[in-house]
Amino acid sequence: MNAPSLVIEGLVRYFGGLKATDEVSLQVRPGELHAIIGPNGAGKTTLINLLTGELASDAGRILIGDVDVSDQPVQQRVELGLLRSYQITSVFDSFTVRENICLAARRRRGVRLAVWKPLTRDLESMQVAERIMQQCQLTHVADEAAANLAYGQRRQLEIAMALAAEPRLLLLDEPMAGMSAAEGVAAIELLRSLKGQYTIVLVEHDMNAVFSLADRISVLVYGKIIATGTVDEIRAHPEVQKAYLGDDEDA
Amino acid sequence: MNSRNWMRLVLPVLFIVLAAIPFVAQVVDEPFYVTFFARVLIYALAACALNIVLGFAGLVSFGHAMFIGLGCYAVGILSHYGISNGWIQLFVCIAVCIVVAVLVGSVCLRTSGIGFIMITLAFSQMFYFLMVSLTPFGGDDGLNIYESSNFGWFELSGSSEVYWATWALLLMLALFLNRLRTSPFGMVLRATHINPRRVDAFGYSVFRIQLSAYVLSGVITGIAGFLLANLTAFAVPSYIAWHLSGELIVMIVIGGIGLVTGPIFGAIVFLVLEEVLKGWTTHWMLVMGPIITFIALAGRNQFAWLKAIFNRPSTAGAALKTRPNGELP
Repeated sequence: MNAPSLVIEGLVRYFGGLKATDEVSLQVRPGELHAIIGPNGAGKTTLINLLTGELASDAGRILIGDVDVSDQPVQQRVELGLLRSYQITSVFDSFTVRENICLAARRRRGVRLAVWKPLTRDLESMQVAERIMQQCQLTHVADEAAANLAYGQRRQLEIAMALAAEPRLLLLDEPMAGMSAAEGVAAIELLRSLKGQYTIVLVEHDMNAVFSLADRISVLVYGKIIATGTVDEIRAHPEVQKAYLGDDEDA
Repeated sequence: MNSRNWMRLVLPVLFIVLAAIPFVAQVVDEPFYVTFFARVLIYALAACALNIVLGFAGLVSFGHAMFIGLGCYAVGILSHYGISNGWIQLFVCIAVCIVVAVLVGSVCLRTSGIGFIMITLAFSQMFYFLMVSLTPFGGDDGLNIYESSNFGWFELSGSSEVYWATWALLLMLALFLNRLRTSPFGMVLRATHINPRRVDAFGYSVFRIQLSAYVLSGVITGIAGFLLANLTAFAVPSYIAWHLSGELIVMIVIGGIGLVTGPIFGAIVFLVLEEVLKGWTTHWMLVMGPIITFIALAGRNQFAWLKAIFNRPSTAGAALKTRPNGELP
């Protein structure tokens, strides 16, 4: 199994006086799909940013497999196979879908001195790109500029780029945000097909998706994990119902 | 598709026309044209080089005249000490440009936006005042170059030699940049302009990629300076003044950011316009200003101003307009 575990111990991050991440500890097993839910402003995206290294943590440890990456920069974490998708679509708008995906697929070999042969003629990147485009149903828009895609397709491209970079540990930040019902169903199918291949941390508002996909769920409220458990355990958890499911009617 | 085929013809046609200029000049017996267009091509070379950082990477370097100066003084100072071997001069020019670009780039690239513009400007001004105060090398008056660069079988001894050398280098650079644009390095470089954070999230080092581009750009600009010194037989601090850095940017804006041949057209339009207007009135800047303003307003990308005149639909413009900004959080 190529999927590493992810261990978070006592992770803390302040924004000024606000404790956005408050002693978060979490163990994600290899190959597990672990969902993180919580109301708006609970610090879900902050947690993802801490895990990728885009934000520095003030205390605590992060381990990918056996490697302590707490003080390592983004690049070295990516090296270990940690890839993410963004809540706010961050594709390269003026590039075509194929170019976007090839760019991601190229990351393991780098681009040093690769100044002549076009990126999209690079056999290795191209094979990965074709496979990923098929998987994410983007083949028919391969040569379309990312800017011209429909919203749902842009979201798919967002995920596709993370997949093309050959991750071992995937952090998906609300991959279904703003998708239509039909697009959401397709995305759930896609994520289901990924289960087991990678260790996945899924931050998502769509309860349907979370309850049908997750192996385990953690609930984050005001930067604190208030509960971790299986789908049924979380459904039944009184504090969760009070803090999240009860208060915050979600679509 | 049609307009893409049309675009493909631009480069060969342009270089064939440029190759005809020395012969035309000979026929009409105006050798001045060769000197003038040699200068145009040198500026075009520098503008293309600047476009690697400005157009591809979106880094507005306002200090590229520094590299022109480095190239000029590499020739000037070495020939001052009697070294007119072109290979040695070229080697020193490239080596110095690499060292300076790595040092300056490492500092400048820690900033972005206005900060980057100001720091690149500051470095080139420092170099400008350094050369002004270095009286052994002529100071403000500059340094006469009595012996042109000698490459053994080829000597940059006259306008026509400089013209052909520049023509060949510019052609090679244009072909190279055409490839670079879509190569993995070029794509990642352009991606750093669109969304540096995402590029970092794929494990590429934005800093290293930008620095490589800056060094490449600096070296080629230095070579343009090397040619300029041979053309004018002169190395003078005014080549390092910030006006020149600004003019290079204006050339790119005229020709279109992001297009490989854009800066070449920009350099031609800018310098020909300047020459024509200068012959017409001493207040030529009064006319030049509005024209440049019009061009900059009419199209901010890829010949949009030409297309606007010919009423061609611009696909690049359309892509920009359809960019969805109102994404849900």
